[in-house]
Amino acid sequence: MAAMLKKHVWETVMTGRTLYDKLWDSHLVKQNSDGSSLIYIDRHVIHEVTSPQAFEGLRLADRKPWRLDTNIATPDHNISTDKAERDAGVAGMADEVSRIQVQTLDDNCDLYGIKEFKINEMGQGIVHVMGPELGATMPGMTVVCGDSHTATHGALACLAHGIGTSEVEHVLATQCLVAKKMKNMRVTVNGTVGAGVTPKDVVLAIIGKIGTAGGNEHAIEFAGSVFRDMSIEGRMTVCNMAIEAGARVGMVAVDQKTIDYCKGRQFVPKGEMWDQAVEYWNGLVSDEDAVFDTEVELHADDIAPQVTWGTSPEMVAAVTESVPTLDQQPNEEKRKGLERALEYMGLEGGQALTSIYVDRVFIGSCTNSRIEDMRAAAAVAKGRQVASSVKQVLIVPGSQMVKAQAEAEGLDKIFIAAGMDWREPGCSMCLAMNADKLGAGEHCASTSNRNFEGRQGNGGRTHLMSPAMAAAAAVAGHIVDVRSFVGGDQ
Amino acid sequence: MKAFTTHRGLVGPMDRANVDTDMIIPKQFLKSIKRSGFGPNLFDELRYQDEGQPGADCSNRPLKEDFPLNFPRYKGASILLARKNFGCGSSREHAPWALEDYGFNAVIAPSYADIFYNNCFKNGLLPVILTEEQVDVLFKEMEAEEGYQLTVDLPSQTVTTDSGHVFSFELDEFRKECLLNGLDEIGLTLKEADAIKQYETERAAQHPWVFGAIK
Repeated sequence: MAAMLKKHVWETVMTGRTLYDKLWDSHLVKQNSDGSSLIYIDRHVIHEVTSPQAFEGLRLADRKPWRLDTNIATPDHNISTDKAERDAGVAGMADEVSRIQVQTLDDNCDLYGIKEFKINEMGQGIVHVMGPELGATMPGMTVVCGDSHTATHGALACLAHGIGTSEVEHVLATQCLVAKKMKNMRVTVNGTVGAGVTPKDVVLAIIGKIGTAGGNEHAIEFAGSVFRDMSIEGRMTVCNMAIEAGARVGMVAVDQKTIDYCKGRQFVPKGEMWDQAVEYWNGLVSDEDAVFDTEVELHADDIAPQVTWGTSPEMVAAVTESVPTLDQQPNEEKRKGLERALEYMGLEGGQALTSIYVDRVFIGSCTNSRIEDMRAAAAVAKGRQVASSVKQVLIVPGSQMVKAQAEAEGLDKIFIAAGMDWREPGCSMCLAMNADKLGAGEHCASTSNRNFEGRQGNGGRTHLMSPAMAAAAAVAGHIVDVRSFVGGDQ
Repeated sequence: MKAFTTHRGLVGPMDRANVDTDMIIPKQFLKSIKRSGFGPNLFDELRYQDEGQPGADCSNRPLKEDFPLNFPRYKGASILLARKNFGCGSSREHAPWALEDYGFNAVIAPSYADIFYNNCFKNGLLPVILTEEQVDVLFKEMEAEEGYQLTVDLPSQTVTTDSGHVFSFELDEFRKECLLNGLDEIGLTLKEADAIKQYETERAAQHPWVFGAIK
């Protein structure tokens, strides 16, 4: 009778589909005549900052969540990373406005029966670290969250993107979103990256090439040997920053690494259902004859460790280069943008990037706070000391699980011995909603994702880079090329 | 949701590209669990000399006098004239909430970041896309004429100047309908409840691991 079964939309055989096309087709509930579509959402990740108004909206309209087993929640944006304050739990949060927000998340999850990993519970972490590491994110899913860095989950061949609070409410109430299909973009990087060049450098180089609006209206698939050779955690770093190139969605196709990463995680299927899932997941790749609306190519040989010097992620250069000068700018708009960025950053056109001194260092965020990031930073910090001119080095693991793993490997001791602060998991100084922030005028070597004006603190000056580069800057006291960074205590 | 049909109002400038949502509403104000009251903190770091605190009264804070929206001539502006890739960065819907609460009914720019653009429609704020050349024309006219007003008309999808320009703009049919009628999008989707349930039944048979794992 199997042959008689109705073909499901997601089984419809078509040729030449991209990974994005396949993910879209398999979640299409209804195609409307006005060009909009109703798309089914498999996983909804919730945090304290963008959800309270959505839950309130549900109540005001007398609605309830459509499905409970799709939602997973945790506090991350607003919580302290200080051990003493964290040990005091939600009740002990020093900032009353923040405390109310985290308490509101707890109350909403308790009220509706939504699975939440509470503030100090094993499993808690930055939403985009937590989802994949628990296996709540699986290949082939649609994943949304009221946070633009939801693209991170695309490293597992998911259709994952950020949404606003009205859409958080929409997903809670209907398990669907009204959406319009995006265009397909493929970013191909072939070759083999050199020593000291990390996934962060690859994605910063991509943003430098296509610009902060280069991916607008597109879903990006990252393809080529550089991404195939990259670990899943590295792919998460890359997909995470798709939004800094303007694309809501970043993805990498399934390969054996994807399957190996998922295996054994808390929420992934086991036994026969696992085999069934793997069979389906292995088809989550773009067809060879698939056509992309936009193609971008870079070569690994051309990518050196990257550092941002300005106030947009596209204002980036190889660490060996200098801050651009006004006379190099192609047009008036670029000149004005550069002038404003240099003034805000307190830099001179033409000055070497390695001449920029840093006041603070932040290693963490949904971009770079996974165990591999911790290991990369520790490898540089080991046996070295933070420069005396550096006021603070924050090492913030992305989750309770990352923290536990790092401590089991003794990484915390390496950081502490080097004079760095080993903190509790959360978003921390990436967006500075809690007490971790820059003072006005301070320069920060940061592994986060945005160098916008004021992002890490009013008047703060952010330089985005990889964990190894940030750790090296902490030791040197200024931006430094990690590849030439040798020698002991300085 | 608030409807938008046609609006005539004073135009105010935000003359820089890539205005991000951190700039529109800085993070400390995201601690609020409310949907309203963000207007006084719109563009907080560009607008005030001191650092804004959530819940604090802004009426006596020292203003940055060189910030155009602080100029007396732009007081009461309800149409924001902006540059390309407006609203990039974070998905925070607090950005359109702040613009709307400040008094803006429409934004005009050559392009927007995707999430911000989408969020505007949920809040009765119309993000109009014109070409860079058309936006340049509007900037020049606005700078030349104090009290400069524009008419933004959604049914005809036009921006009209008193000098006689009529610029057309595009937007999706679904978004237009929702905004024109102030429709409740969730209510509309719930009308498809049977289709959603049918999808779930079929999908659960095919991909059972997607359901039931999280308890």
